[in-house]
Amino acid sequence: MKILLNNREEEFPQEILSVSEMIRVKKFSFRMRIIKINDVLISKEKYDTTIIHNGDNVQMLYLMSGG
Amino acid sequence: MRFSEIKNHLAQFRVGIAGAGGLGSNCAVALVRSGIGAIVIADYDIIEEGNLNRQYFFSDQVGMMKTTALKENLNRINSDTCVLIHQEKLDNTNITEIFSGCDIIVEAFDSAEMKEMLIETVQTRMPGIPLVIASGLAGWGKNDIIRYRKIDDTLYICGDELSDVTDDLPPMAPRVGIVANMQANVVVEILMDKMKQAVQENENTIK
Repeated sequence: MKILLNNREEEFPQEILSVSEMIRVKKFSFRMRIIKINDVLISKEKYDTTIIHNGDNVQMLYLMSGG
Repeated sequence: MRFSEIKNHLAQFRVGIAGAGGLGSNCAVALVRSGIGAIVIADYDIIEEGNLNRQYFFSDQVGMMKTTALKENLNRINSDTCVLIHQEKLDNTNITEIFSGCDIIVEAFDSAEMKEMLIETVQTRMPGIPLVIASGLAGWGKNDIIRYRKIDDTLYICGDELSDVTDDLPPMAPRVGIVANMQANVVVEILMDKMKQAVQENENTIK
């Protein structure tokens, strides 16, 4: 499937993918993050159960401390 | 457009600022100078000596509550802006109430965990309210990697999304100030766009 990840097209061999699986596949290791799929915020507790589909717009951002 | 017209337009709006530290104090100063109608600031902390390297406070204000001191400083800059302060630690039970009625919210916390809590709360419980966050401002230099990104109509990020604060990479006035002013700049842009939208709607009704 193809998705948009931070406005870039990304292709995965899998047909569907949970958010947790995507994080694993992409080796995103930094833990403080925000993920939105099609403009909807996905809370951390739902990473295992939220499925990313073909064509989804996934936005991820890292939260750095400091202010 | 002349500044007087811009100021008159901005005077209609209320902006919430979550945190009165380096980001919140500097962002508030820029917004008050721009003529925002009202700002709502929440913080529970007192001013310490170490805050003066980046926060908009003065050395004779050490020991004061940040909210009280900031209100005093903002009133001295432009008393036309109504400054409402909340002496409270923000959490997911009080955010919606404290910032109800705000047109935009600025995330101005220090800790990444607090940033996450605020984003989750505002984005799920205050749908449609734009949130302007900061991520990545530690250290000095590296002007070229500080950036701005719009995720969607309700989430905007300022910062390099890279530099985490550590003992060897403290937050300092120049970079914190840049990012805080970028946040204020996003707020002004969103609010000025509302003027364009209003003009367009008016034209459509006339047609």
